[in-house]
Amino acid sequence: MKAKFLVPLLLFFGLAGFLAFGLTLNPREVPSPLIDKPAPDFSLARLDQPEQTFSLKEMQGQVWMLNVWASWCVACRQEHPLLVQMAKQKIVPVVGLNYKEVRGDGAINARGMALEAETGMAIERARRWLTDHGDPYVLSVLDIDGRVGIDFGVYGVPETFLIDRDGRIRYKHIGPITPDALQNVLIPKIEELRRAG
Amino acid sequence: MPVDAVFASLRRPVRNAAVALALACALPAWAETTTPAIDPALAPALAADPALEADVMELSHKLRCLVCQNQSIAESNAPLALDLRNQVREQLAAGKDKDDVVDYLVERYGDFVLYEPPFKAVTVLLWLGPMALLFGGAGWLAFRLRRRRDEVAAEGALSAAERARARELLAGGGTGTSHPESPESRS
Repeated sequence: MKAKFLVPLLLFFGLAGFLAFGLTLNPREVPSPLIDKPAPDFSLARLDQPEQTFSLKEMQGQVWMLNVWASWCVACRQEHPLLVQMAKQKIVPVVGLNYKEVRGDGAINARGMALEAETGMAIERARRWLTDHGDPYVLSVLDIDGRVGIDFGVYGVPETFLIDRDGRIRYKHIGPITPDALQNVLIPKIEELRRAG
Repeated sequence: MPVDAVFASLRRPVRNAAVALALACALPAWAETTTPAIDPALAPALAADPALEADVMELSHKLRCLVCQNQSIAESNAPLALDLRNQVREQLAAGKDKDDVVDYLVERYGDFVLYEPPFKAVTVLLWLGPMALLFGGAGWLAFRLRRRRDEVAAEGALSAAERARARELLAGGGTGTSHPESPESRS
């Protein structure tokens, strides 16, 4: 046991290894328990035709993405050009989930506002934003109170869900989509899901 | 939880500062730039029934806010925490029991929402690790101490001659009967 004095050093390196690995993890990216589970069903008013609703079964048979956005969300502005570009290249159909358009905006006090008034305001704001920045969505739906967001485990905007032909959530991207994440993660996953049948 | 009591006992300016602080971390990192207005209307809605409200708060203290990750949804004023607290209140008011409400949130946000992680295969190390370290360390220490005692015993006590020499050294140490140091050797 001549090398006994090395034991604390080795323990130190072991600990340092764990800590170094910990530094590469992002504690803000909470893994979703919904991966590989059926996407929670919903029925929400469409932004383009608020008298009509949209539900998951309309996308059955397609690989598609659900992108959570809001006009007050600054990071959405960052990812938006990429979504517009994806739409031009027809990479994958993207449905927009407009999340708490009015009450999520810290600058507006939506408390006590009637639901109709809030909905009207949300439609107006969301449409204006899409006119200004481009509309990459097949369609958007209005999640006025954020309940559908809770069902999807949304805890920040933007978030993006990749959903397969059978309506299962296969991947969740937290935060703005970056060109790197699109090329190296999302597109390969989309292709894999399409091949899978 | 004492947090509420502490909060209620704070003087107004301090309390306002606490609310401002809570609001400051109320939005997710990637949406940080929109700051919510500080508004008394943000004060949480309360259930009419105080017993129900107590249940809501008790449960809310056990659930983590996903935005302010080191706060429970009872402490956080993030919009999501308000929404989740409302969910808890609504579901308890509808007669669901606490486990159902917890399951509802775990289904959507994962075990991460629980401040007390469930005991299962992936958390065995987390739950039992500290105890294993404690008992392992205590066992190792006991082993070492016993071995040391045995080693000392094996070396045996001092012989009569050794004792006499030790006594001589101790008694004569200060008197200079042994070799006086030469001044030269000091430098």
